[in-house]
Amino acid sequence: MKKNKWGMIALGLVIFLIMVTFPFWYGKGSKTPPPVLSLDTPVIHEMKEKRCVEDTSFMRANHMKMLNAWRDEAVREGHRQYTAKDGRTYEKSLSGTCIQCHSNREQFCTRCHDYVGAKPTCFNCHVVPGEVNK
Amino acid sequence: MNLLISIIVVSGLVLLAAGIAASHTASYALTVVAPYLVFVVFLGGFIYRIVKWAKSPVPFRIPTTCGQEKTLPWIKNNPVENPSGFWGVFGRMAQEIFLFRSLFRNTEVKIIDGRPIYGSAKWLWFFGLLFHGSLLIIILRHLRFFTEPIIPCVNALSAVDGFLEIGVPALYLSDVALLAGLTFLFLRRVIIPQVRYISLFTDYFSLLLICGIAVTGLLMRHFFPADLNEIKTLAMSWIIFSPVVPQNISVVFYIHLCFVFTLMAWFPFSKLMHMGGVFMSPTRNLANNSRMLRHINPWNAPVKVHTYEEYEDEFRDKMKTACLPVEKE
Repeated sequence: MKKNKWGMIALGLVIFLIMVTFPFWYGKGSKTPPPVLSLDTPVIHEMKEKRCVEDTSFMRANHMKMLNAWRDEAVREGHRQYTAKDGRTYEKSLSGTCIQCHSNREQFCTRCHDYVGAKPTCFNCHVVPGEVNK
Repeated sequence: MNLLISIIVVSGLVLLAAGIAASHTASYALTVVAPYLVFVVFLGGFIYRIVKWAKSPVPFRIPTTCGQEKTLPWIKNNPVENPSGFWGVFGRMAQEIFLFRSLFRNTEVKIIDGRPIYGSAKWLWFFGLLFHGSLLIIILRHLRFFTEPIIPCVNALSAVDGFLEIGVPALYLSDVALLAGLTFLFLRRVIIPQVRYISLFTDYFSLLLICGIAVTGLLMRHFFPADLNEIKTLAMSWIIFSPVVPQNISVVFYIHLCFVFTLMAWFPFSKLMHMGGVFMSPTRNLANNSRMLRHINPWNAPVKVHTYEEYEDEFRDKMKTACLPVEKE
């Protein structure tokens, strides 16, 4: 071991460098742009004031917590009305409320979820009307 | 006192991050300049420390062995605990790096009936392994922000890590394990008087800094959800060398980032360099072959010798005159 000491050290440093710079050479050249979320659905087109249950930045960060809370409150406690911050009311329902507007799961939900590696289990049970199961 | 200074420094970092979040110029410095600066300091410092260690001469074997050395053929030897060749050393290093073999030997002593009684103490080994293992898993999981498309095994790792599906987003078991490990390592320093006595600023600071990173990470996942889309866009912009200043990112993320950058820049100059140093422990990575090979100290100064034969050649005439016996006539 001692004779090729510098060989061993160089080998170790090279392995270390390859590992810590891994993201730089993985997928090199494929400058994938961040996902663009499509709001191009018939229901959204017909809306005069295009707005979700809450404002966009809140929904982007908190939609999973909201859906989880809705699930518990609606299914387990029977409270089916959600009052938004601005006083409007919605039915707490993924299929009945969210998917009515966002009926394009592939272009809306999945794009972001794939990008950040989130694996929600919503659609293990819920279906988007008109979508063919692959 | 050392603990107090560490707490003050970590709190200072939190305030710094809050200040940075409020100023656009400072945000630019943190998200555009700092990542590259910190990464270069980390890599450069790491290589510098390793090369510096490698230069220090290790003239002899330091056999701190835990088994029978290789000797006469009818004596059973222990090839891993007292290695005599490359593969034995390889096995010993693998045990040390992946299983913390040395810590497993930890003992404690108690005075029972006026006599010292030695027993095994595995808690430090257990929580140390728990902490390091979960830290590795957490770092690997973060690759989901730095690779596009995400490497499949990183997604698989996240799925296994969160398989209990507690809450949405799912609680990762490695996060719990990391906090458990950190809590033990911290309490050990604070509660055991002997360990507290020898604890320095750097000991507390490294624990608190990693704890701060874990806590801000958990806050962003479970309590004040961050917009992951924006965070990944930022991380990927570093990778493709066109960094952008994020727009709607919470102050918690700035604190997380400040902690991580501090850790990375400080890493090569701190005791955390045991990450690279463990590979260079002379008591672990040298084969105990002192009886088979002669190891010559490179420091040995050339000694000027004058043998008896030369002495006699030089003074033979004078020795004969003085009637002294000589070996050659």
